[in-house]
Amino acid sequence: MIAPEDRVRATVDAAYRDEWGQVVATLIGLMGDWDLAEDCAQDAFAAALASWPRDGVPRRPGAWLTTAARNRAIDRLRRDAAGAARLRQLAVLARDADEPPAEEIPDERLRLIFTCCHPALGFPARVALTLRTLAGLSTAEIARALLTAEPAMAQRLVRAKRKIQESGIPYRVPPAELLPQRLAAVLAVLYLVFNQGYGEEDRRRALTAEAIGLTRVLVGLMPHEPEPRGLLALMLLHEARRATRTHDGMLVTLENQDRSRWDRALIAEGVATLDDALAMRRTGPYQVQAAIAACHATAPDAASTDWPQIATLYAELSRLAPSPVVELNRAVAVAMADGVASGLALVDELTASGRLDGYHLLPATRADLLRRDGPVAEAKAAYEQALKLAPTEAERRYLTSRLREL
Amino acid sequence: MIHRMKYVLLICDDETVSPSNEELEADPVHRAWRADLDRRGGMLIGARLRPVVDATTVRVREGETLVSDGPFAETKDFVGGFVIVECANMDEAIEIASGHPYARWGGVEIRPVWE
Repeated sequence: MIAPEDRVRATVDAAYRDEWGQVVATLIGLMGDWDLAEDCAQDAFAAALASWPRDGVPRRPGAWLTTAARNRAIDRLRRDAAGAARLRQLAVLARDADEPPAEEIPDERLRLIFTCCHPALGFPARVALTLRTLAGLSTAEIARALLTAEPAMAQRLVRAKRKIQESGIPYRVPPAELLPQRLAAVLAVLYLVFNQGYGEEDRRRALTAEAIGLTRVLVGLMPHEPEPRGLLALMLLHEARRATRTHDGMLVTLENQDRSRWDRALIAEGVATLDDALAMRRTGPYQVQAAIAACHATAPDAASTDWPQIATLYAELSRLAPSPVVELNRAVAVAMADGVASGLALVDELTASGRLDGYHLLPATRADLLRRDGPVAEAKAAYEQALKLAPTEAERRYLTSRLREL
Repeated sequence: MIHRMKYVLLICDDETVSPSNEELEADPVHRAWRADLDRRGGMLIGARLRPVVDATTVRVREGETLVSDGPFAETKDFVGGFVIVECANMDEAIEIASGHPYARWGGVEIRPVWE
C-alpha cells in the first residue's frame, strides 16, 4: 500500500514532467524574465509538495502551479524598486494581476520552443535551453546527458538567456513567412536530443523519452503541421527497436536484430502517427525518414523488406534534403533492390566525389556490399579502412567480427 | 510601452568584390535595401568605410601610444560599412541585414547597442 505522501510525491513528479514547460513558458510570457520564471516555477512545485498532501491535489494541477508561480513572481517583484516599476507595466497587460481565472492562462509553450531554438543562438545552446526550460532538466542532468562539465553547461545556459534578453530575440511564434525555416530548426533540436539518447547505452535513455515527450507537445500545439508528426513517428519507430540494437556492447545490424523483441505497440503508434502526417499531403524530410523506418519496422523478417520502396523513398529524401549520407543510404537500398553492382556503382561515385572522406560508414558500406557479392580481398581492404575511421568501440567490434568472418 | 531595439549592422566582406560608390548606388539590390529601410523609418545613421588599406590602429600600452598600419584584427572579412538601425527585435534586424547586397557574398554582423 502506498502512503498518501508518496502518492502526492508521485503526482507532483508527474506534474513536474507534464507541466514544468507550460508554467515556465507562461511566466516568461508574463514577466519577460527567464531566471525569475525558472525560480518561481521551482518555488511553485515546492509549494505543491507542501500543500497538496494537506489540501488535496487540485483539479487542474497545471493551472494551480501556474497561478502559484505567478503570485510568487509578483511577490518577489514587489520587494524591490525596479520590480515595482515592472509590475506597473505588467498591470497594463493583466488588469487583475491577483486573480485572473485559471482557465484564461494560455499555453505559451509554443512561443518558448521557438525562442529556445532561435537561429541566433548557437546549436548547443538551443539544445541546452530546450532541455532546461521546456523539459525541466536540471543543469547537472543536462551536463551529464550531453557529456559536458556542469560549470560549462551552467555558463552556456546563462549566456543563452542573456543573449535572448540583450539582443532582443522575440518571445513569439514566428510569422508565417519565417515558419518553415524556424520549425525545421526546432525539429532539428528535438531530433538531436533524441539521437544523443539513442546512440549511447542505457544511462542516457531518458533523453529519448524527453525528446519524444517534447515532440508530442509540439504535435499537440501545431496539429496542422505534418513534419512534427513525421518526426514523432520517426522517433517512435526507432525507439521500438532500441533494445535490439546492441548485444554485449556490440552493434547489431538491422538485418540481424531479433524482431520478436521489437516493441509492437510503439511500431503501431509510429505507423499511425505517420499516416496522420501523410494524410496532410505536405511531404517533408522527417515524414520520408519515418516512412523508411516504417518499411523496416513492419517487415516480418529481413528477407521480406520492401527494398524497392525504400530505394524510392531515399531518392525522395535526397531531393528534399540532399546530403552525401542520404546518398550512401540510397546506395545500400539500391544494392538490395537491384543488385550489389548497382549499389556499388553509387558508392564509387560518392567515393570519387570526396564528399564523405574520413567517414567510416563509406568504406564500411562498400565492404558490406563486397561481402555480399564481390572479391574477398577488396572487402577485407574496405573493412580495414573502415576500422581505422570508426569512432565508437561498438562499431570497431562489429567491423572486427565481420572482418574475421571473411 | 513598446520597446524598440537599437542595432549596429556591420557590413563585412573580404574586399574582393569592392564595387565603387556609384556602382553600389546603382545596384538594384542596394536600392531596394535602402528603400526598405526608409519605409521602416529605422535607420539612424550609416556610413560606408574606405578599404582596409587605409585603416590605422592605435593601442596604448604602458603609457606608450602604438600606431600601426592595418585593421584591428587579421581576419578574412573586414568591416566595410555600418548602419545603426532602430527596430522591433532581432528578427526585424535579421530581415534588414539579409536585404543588404553584401550579405550575398560577405556577411552582416548584427550587434545590439548597449543601452
